[in-house]
Amino acid sequence: MLRSRHLFLLPGLLALLAIILFPLLFTIRVSFSSWDVVLHAMDFIGGSNYARMMRDTRFWESLVRLVAMSAISVALEYVLGFALALLVWRDLRFKRFFRVLFLVPMMTTPVIMTVIWRTILHESLGPANHLLGLLGVAPVPWLSQAGAAAASVILVEVWQWTSFMFLLLLAGLLSLPREPFQAAAVDGAGPVRTFFSVVFPMMAPITIGALIIRLIEASKMMDSVYVLTQGGPGTATETSSYYIYIRGLRDFQIGYASSLSLTYLVIMIVSLTIVAKVLGRALLGRS
Amino acid sequence: MASLYRALKAAAILAWSAFVVAPFLWALTTSFKTANAVTSGPTYLPWLQYQPSLEGWRVLFRSYGQGIDIVGPYLSSLFVTVTASAVSLVLGTLAAYGLSRYTYRLGFLGNGDITFFFISQRIMPPIVLAIPFFLLLKFLGLLDTELGLVIVYVALLLPIAVWVMVDFFNNIPREVDETAMLDGCTPVETFWRVILPNCKPGLVVAGLFCIVFGWNDFFFAFTLTFTNTQLLPVAIVALNSSVTPWWSLSASGLVSVAPLVGVAVVLERYLSRGNLAGAIR
Repeated sequence: MLRSRHLFLLPGLLALLAIILFPLLFTIRVSFSSWDVVLHAMDFIGGSNYARMMRDTRFWESLVRLVAMSAISVALEYVLGFALALLVWRDLRFKRFFRVLFLVPMMTTPVIMTVIWRTILHESLGPANHLLGLLGVAPVPWLSQAGAAAASVILVEVWQWTSFMFLLLLAGLLSLPREPFQAAAVDGAGPVRTFFSVVFPMMAPITIGALIIRLIEASKMMDSVYVLTQGGPGTATETSSYYIYIRGLRDFQIGYASSLSLTYLVIMIVSLTIVAKVLGRALLGRS
Repeated sequence: MASLYRALKAAAILAWSAFVVAPFLWALTTSFKTANAVTSGPTYLPWLQYQPSLEGWRVLFRSYGQGIDIVGPYLSSLFVTVTASAVSLVLGTLAAYGLSRYTYRLGFLGNGDITFFFISQRIMPPIVLAIPFFLLLKFLGLLDTELGLVIVYVALLLPIAVWVMVDFFNNIPREVDETAMLDGCTPVETFWRVILPNCKPGLVVAGLFCIVFGWNDFFFAFTLTFTNTQLLPVAIVALNSSVTPWWSLSASGLVSVAPLVGVAVVLERYLSRGNLAGAIR
């Protein structure tokens, strides 16, 4: 029987199921077909796509690269975001102005800011090398050398998303109760001790939440790569999403790309679940 | 010691502020340059280092062909973002209220699992959905239309709305509902007359998150539209080619991110009041 309580849940649940379920089931089915630009057909070729995937070193390398780039980005964002949140948490002149300013990057469109960063990092016409030159630093091949290109992607990610980490951690800091700080002050604890024995432990649940949220978003990294380096030089900055995009929507190997996407999705879910468990055990002392 | 500490603190704040502001200042000065001013190397100060020109800004409002015409994509972006956010907010708020107040059973799945199902959709990489969405919209005849994008964006934004609102409702005591019911309200009346009017902070925050993530999406707009419908990020990134017009690129970029700075101001207000904390735990 349809009761009023169903009126609340069902519209949203059905809408989401309708939009998400078809793509997922379709992807599973297509991943067992040879659908490509020549043959638009849902034939059945068994696990050939998956066998091809196992031999596709470019895919596995893109996964390793994605893990490395997102782990470095999120770690930097966490340290910087926490530091910034602590800086504007308490008494400070123009506190609210700086809070707004630090929130701005996450509001701005990533691809558009990345396009602007691309002009900044332009090797001969951009200000980055010009300003470094004034300090006597040799021009950096920001986008044309493998290591520097990966660092550039991370730089742009950190610029964009530290503010999201900042938002989550500042919201957490502002929700902490006051009493433990008063107790610490009475005991004569300095700022460093207070941080490590009061603030950090109390922030543990928020730390875990914020890290997981950002890791989830970072695991999809591709917009900045597309705009900044197109995966290059060579495949030096190619993330999994970008590689699947090339196979699926550029080469139109729908069947093969579907098997890659499913594998990618499963690996992401499994590894993020493990990361969440490990973080929980390390920071909260429970599993 | 204390003054050294304060000086270090101020230096850190100013250093990060400079890093945050740098791309905007660079885009601002670049937007007034001509092709010659750009190709002669990096300069920063108008009049002193280069002769400023309004050309970069003027082309934004010329029709396609002689210029870039940013007005059309701007309106499309606005329409798609607002519609998808509104739909997500309505559906998400209803679902979140249900999940917070009633017990549901879906086979062996309970409330916690259903909430997790909603929120876990954020883990789905866009590329996994892009290919089937492409074929689905093609089948429905909605490829390259605003309606098609609205449908896709609802799937993207609904989890955000549910995420923020479930937590918000959980923080409203159940006694509020119970009192209203005792006064003779039906469940729907309770929600509409008693709970919803008290939800403004939650609705604003959820709505803003939807708008930010909708307005900023590039990938779906890029893969699911071509010529008839063009959203702002796609129109601007299209300028990013081998001969990039840095001046109009900068101008259009600034115009398109400007409204979102307003979002930061509003969000900070709610943040400072402590309305944002619970959802993260």
